[in-house]
Amino acid sequence: MPKETIFAQGNEAVVQGALYAGLDFYAGYPITPSTEIAEILAQRLPQAGGRFIQMEDELASLCAVIGASLTGLKAMTATSGPGFSLMQEALGYAVMAEVPCVVVNVQRGGPSTGMPTAVAQGDVMQARWGTHGDHAIIALTASNLADVFLMTVEAFNLAETYRTPVILLLDEVVGHMREKLVIPGPGEVEVVQRLRTSVPEGTDYHPYLAREDGRLPMSDFGGVHRFNVTGLVHDMWGFPSNDPAVAYGLLHHLVDKLENRAETLARYQDFFCDDAEVLLISYGSAARSALHLVEQRRARGMKIGLLELNTLWPFPAQTVRKYCRGRGHVLVVEMNRGQLHGEVQKAAEQPERVYLANRYDGVFISHKDIMQVLHVVLGKGV
Amino acid sequence: MNTRRYIRERFFPHLWCPGCGHGIVMSALVGAVDSLGLSQNEVVVISGIGCSSRMPGYLDFHTMHTLHGRALAFATGVKMGRPDLTVIVPMGDGDAAAIGGNHLIHAARRNLDLTAVVLNNRIYGMTGGQSSPTTPEGDRSTTAPYGVLDPSFDLVELARGAGASFVARSTTYHAQETRELLAAAIAHQGFSLVEVLSQCPTYYGRKNQGGDAVAMMKTFKQITAPAGSQRAAQDPGLITRGILVQEPRTEYCAAYGELVRELSGHEE
Amino acid sequence: MESRSLKEELSVLIDVDWCKGCGICVAFCPKQALSLDEHGKARWTGPEDCVRCGLCQMRCPDLAIELR
Repeated sequence: MPKETIFAQGNEAVVQGALYAGLDFYAGYPITPSTEIAEILAQRLPQAGGRFIQMEDELASLCAVIGASLTGLKAMTATSGPGFSLMQEALGYAVMAEVPCVVVNVQRGGPSTGMPTAVAQGDVMQARWGTHGDHAIIALTASNLADVFLMTVEAFNLAETYRTPVILLLDEVVGHMREKLVIPGPGEVEVVQRLRTSVPEGTDYHPYLAREDGRLPMSDFGGVHRFNVTGLVHDMWGFPSNDPAVAYGLLHHLVDKLENRAETLARYQDFFCDDAEVLLISYGSAARSALHLVEQRRARGMKIGLLELNTLWPFPAQTVRKYCRGRGHVLVVEMNRGQLHGEVQKAAEQPERVYLANRYDGVFISHKDIMQVLHVVLGKGV
Repeated sequence: MNTRRYIRERFFPHLWCPGCGHGIVMSALVGAVDSLGLSQNEVVVISGIGCSSRMPGYLDFHTMHTLHGRALAFATGVKMGRPDLTVIVPMGDGDAAAIGGNHLIHAARRNLDLTAVVLNNRIYGMTGGQSSPTTPEGDRSTTAPYGVLDPSFDLVELARGAGASFVARSTTYHAQETRELLAAAIAHQGFSLVEVLSQCPTYYGRKNQGGDAVAMMKTFKQITAPAGSQRAAQDPGLITRGILVQEPRTEYCAAYGELVRELSGHEE
Repeated sequence: MESRSLKEELSVLIDVDWCKGCGICVAFCPKQALSLDEHGKARWTGPEDCVRCGLCQMRCPDLAIELR
């Protein structure tokens, strides 16, 4: 039974989802258009016995989140544009040290300070490759408040399951728009708790030795197992190593644990895809306009469908390939210069049929914008 | 005291250069923890990057080697997550005062119960002898071949100005004093900073005709004096040692815990 | 009498594998009870002069000296 129905903003849906998932700790720094997440949590967390702190910058915020996570807390930070750039150093640390945490990026126009109050989806590649070095990452997104809530819970679940930072890649429109949000009751949505080691005190515990199922049970700082955490290449105890075999194995583990599970981690929804000759692929707020167009054109008999991706990274290439197969035309709809378009082209068997409908001027892409491109693609003129 | 109880012997001999002062500070830190009777499971040691940052790896506590300059930010999360744990943050001078300067002043201002230990050797050792914000004006480094043009930070005054509730200073020559100051800093409820002048004979000493480790430690004896001593009063050019700031102030976690109690009380 | 019993109880133990031969213990020993050997390692060469003050242990950067 739903606990409560509220009229809320996307950023508040993040807060609701995080609290549902068991958020204990938030550290952040104000930045448009994500600030409401910090503001609401500053009020809510101490009421719930959780911990909130405003740090001196975004980088410090993610560092504090990682520290708190190592004491066993579910921890999150939220930011936008320039703040996400600052966080990249700590994001890489969380990847390397395999510390579960959630980073929300409510995207705005860039590069640099860009357009702080305008919508954009220009951080898709930064989410994937923003921190240096080979690695893998999970990035989730959503186009409506129900999904924002669910993807926030999912972000925590995947962070705990795979001991990884998870990026919740929202955008200004989703963050600031208001609609109905039905908050699920306790138990209605699965919440994954941290897997802790069963190794008893006095027995050698390996914080970086994966079990047969690939999971790495944790031990909290302050517990009975003392180990080391470092951003250096490290062995199964967490101590630095220069051994090429250790470096090779670690990199394989960090990438494979997510990339090899790309289809397991794929969260997506399809609309009218069965007989669609034209397939739109979209995500985030852009998917709202894409769905609007699909519904409008379907009413006029056009065979058009939408694949909405909720998992952007690891990119669900097999799923996308399957969906693209046999379509006359595939149109990727996004608010950037084609960051996911390239991934779809790589995945599709006929990349020459994958087109891009986009905007990158701070204006929300409309169904008319997409229709204009579709006209050209279908050879019906400009 | 059985030092070996607190260290990870398999990583010894350590990687610090012969005569490097950092091992003396580590030894003093272990002595301080031992004198306070803390159990190893209730101590967390968090470092940044640099020569000093290798310390946690050698210590048998909960340990973390983080990002350059950011150890205090990580430590803030650890301390807020588990306020009952003792959190010690060894840092280098570049780590603390250059790349981590912002984190340092805010940690001091917040008065979270962390103990920052700045091992000040006045140089970047790990990268091969570049000048840091504590390299004295005129001294040489690989990035200041004609001498440093800009004035250096006084870490004690920096911490005091930022609102640290406990600030102390000593040197590796004064190892016993360092141990006692570290113990007092750890026992202090609130943010504490202990600056320890530590010799880097390999880079700072060599670049500045400082002599070997022994000569550099003798210099520490000559250029410092206990705060409030006659020597210090007679020669204002001397660097003062001892507890230089000690002011009881509300600790951040305590204040936050109080807020949580108040709010949940309202709800009931 | 007390220092004599201390002398009997405590030895200055030096781990030569850890000692890097910096000479700090030798230079600052108030009783010249330590010296560097032909391999440049610290040795407790004057146990009869040693007052077991522990300064060598406290100042050893290699954690190689222990009074036990």
